[in-house]
Amino acid sequence: MTDTANGAPRPGRHLDFGKVAKDLVVTALIATAIFGSTIAFRTVSAAGGLRLEVRYDIAFYVIAAVIVGRLLLWLFFWSKPAGTSAVEVPAGIKSGMAKVSAKVGKGFGPTMLIFALVFPFLPFTDRYLLDLSILILTYVMLGWGLNIVVGLAGLLDLGYVAFYAIGAYSYALLAQYFGFSFWMCLPLAGILAAFWGIILGFPVLRLRGDYLAIVTLAFGEIIRIVLLNWYQFTGGPDGLSGIPRPSFFGLPFTRREGGFSDFFGLDYSSFHRIVFMYFLILALALLTNFVTNRLRRLPIGRAWEALREDEIACRSLGLNTASVKLTAFAIGGMFAGFAGSFFATRQGFISPESFTFIESALILAIVVLGGMGSQVGVVIASIAMIGGFEIFREAEQFRMLIFGLAMVVIMIWRPRGLISTRIPSIFLREKKAVSADMVAQGEGH
Amino acid sequence: MITVDLGYERTVLYFGGFVSGGSLMEYFLQQLINGITLGSIYGLIAIGYTMVYGIIGMINFAHGDIFMVSSFIALIVITALGLTVSTGLGLTILALILVLVTSMVIASVFGWTTERLAYRPLRGSFRLAPLITAIGISIVLQNYIQITQGARVKPLQPLIENGYTLMTRADGFTVQLSNMQILIITVTIILMTIFSLIIAKTSLGRAQRACEQDRKMASLLGINVDRTISMTFVMGAALAAVAGLMFLLYYGVIDFFIGFVAGVKAFTAAVLGGIGSLPGAMLGGLVIGLIETFWSAYFSIEYKDVAAFSMLAIVLIFLPQGLLGKPEVEKV
Repeated sequence: MTDTANGAPRPGRHLDFGKVAKDLVVTALIATAIFGSTIAFRTVSAAGGLRLEVRYDIAFYVIAAVIVGRLLLWLFFWSKPAGTSAVEVPAGIKSGMAKVSAKVGKGFGPTMLIFALVFPFLPFTDRYLLDLSILILTYVMLGWGLNIVVGLAGLLDLGYVAFYAIGAYSYALLAQYFGFSFWMCLPLAGILAAFWGIILGFPVLRLRGDYLAIVTLAFGEIIRIVLLNWYQFTGGPDGLSGIPRPSFFGLPFTRREGGFSDFFGLDYSSFHRIVFMYFLILALALLTNFVTNRLRRLPIGRAWEALREDEIACRSLGLNTASVKLTAFAIGGMFAGFAGSFFATRQGFISPESFTFIESALILAIVVLGGMGSQVGVVIASIAMIGGFEIFREAEQFRMLIFGLAMVVIMIWRPRGLISTRIPSIFLREKKAVSADMVAQGEGH
Repeated sequence: MITVDLGYERTVLYFGGFVSGGSLMEYFLQQLINGITLGSIYGLIAIGYTMVYGIIGMINFAHGDIFMVSSFIALIVITALGLTVSTGLGLTILALILVLVTSMVIASVFGWTTERLAYRPLRGSFRLAPLITAIGISIVLQNYIQITQGARVKPLQPLIENGYTLMTRADGFTVQLSNMQILIITVTIILMTIFSLIIAKTSLGRAQRACEQDRKMASLLGINVDRTISMTFVMGAALAAVAGLMFLLYYGVIDFFIGFVAGVKAFTAAVLGGIGSLPGAMLGGLVIGLIETFWSAYFSIEYKDVAAFSMLAIVLIFLPQGLLGKPEVEKV
């Protein structure tokens, strides 16, 4: 943890024992300060105030683990001369691997799509897996939606969950007050969310980069606070329940006559509805992807990407940056609105608790970890994040801790995301992937 | 001069002003005092944001959580020392200085370590990367404290009581300035002065200002940029620790989530005052504290955050460089 660890003159193959020992002592001191203070002591409520609970043993193990880990890093990673990786990879294999990964990359999308289409009918698919994949697909859709704003237009949005919330509440409230059906509300929710996208976009047009990020964050919080406190209208912290389920072209998923199973002569099974939900969100997600890919080829999509790369150049070429930004916010918001009304109909119950900042952070993390602007990357990142979240369901307490650590580690490992190369949307004769270090992505201004 | 017990305030005063009837001069004055106190705490946190943003141009999202961690450390030390209200005032103040120093040191270690582990490897990477790791660190710190210290709200009995009654209205409403408020405002002024002097007079401060202007040039002139940035994080964390202790003493309740709301508002304050400017951060903190207090006092306590955030948007639209910031020049 000293400067020697990352500095230019790394030790040779042989360890410099004095340096390592010094480094380990510093590590031990830091670990003691951090873990010795907060793990070793814990305040607990007792009669007449607080009492201190002491847990030296746990703190000792944690500190020892940190020191041993640091020593192992020195032994196996930092003992090699600078510039050589721990395992030598011959150049031939390297370029071969690049080719293979390029091929795999080409086939990956269609393979995933076919897998997604047959997934509900596979023998090992049970209700739990299906529910999980619905959740993953929801995040894929949200990720693709946010990708329009962050990945394509380069506008850093930390309050994306607000549009998700608007979509969910629009459906729930329209259904509650006017009795509208899901299919009527879906486009309405999208339009309303897009409208709010413009309302948010309008005042922040002049802001750039991190200022924009913080205002969007504030917007997300404002929406949540209003939903939480407008008790008469939104139910406040109690949320809204009894949100109607969608029907299959007018056929409800019920046991009664005239239901889905009755119409098709099938035995009633609650599984039908889940499968239908699965295909519904799959279709919505694919719609998002399709629209995004088409938009990238339209002038507006090109304008987004140009705006991301250089706003001043855009303006000097006569682009109306205001309308370009507003459309990005509106279209990104619209897809979040769709996803939100899907969320409402799937859960049957919504409350402001589902739309906290952590959701925005999760969606943004999916987009950035996937490699901004990469559609396949979003899918991989969603599976990794939400799937990983499920794997650690057992360790409930440590789940978020591990999630946060994973975010940090993955980001340091691949700062430009998992899929960092970019397919250009406009090219001369031959389409070549643009390597990560050539794109100034996500400057956010 | 009559001293009054202000213990009852603590139940109402959680991130807001205290609410009671009346809209006259006295009520206004009381809210002004409450607002300045709250604003001092925000200002202290905001300095950490503004210094880091000024020097490396990133939102240190985990800064609010360093503030939260430091308030927990302060609580541990206070409990370990066995401080209660019956401890004499002189002894209490001596003990609090010890608490302050301890939590400043440990919070600095936290700040230094997060910078070293999560931000430095990403220096020179694209701009969103450190923001994501910062959000990750924020999640880690919150959950780490939740696991190690428990999810329940931690109450602390008031350590410093009493105060001065400045004014009494005919119907019995009094304007009070508690000893706690005097302490917070005094400590804030002292620390602000010390840190402004560090920035203005010492070689470290010179190095920081140089790095803020041009990092590459500074390193060419022999400034250790990495160390300067580390020291910036350390200073920010130390000030957040001061705010952490003040918050703990003033409100008497902390939990693992206080860092998020306080952090967002402090960042709002930093932007409002003009990012990169130290007096700006303090001014922004005061403005946010006052807006929040007055909004809760005169309109609705539920929507006080909405008021603070809307203020941010309004200021950024009409005054993008903040109150005391320098206008940014766009270079091609």
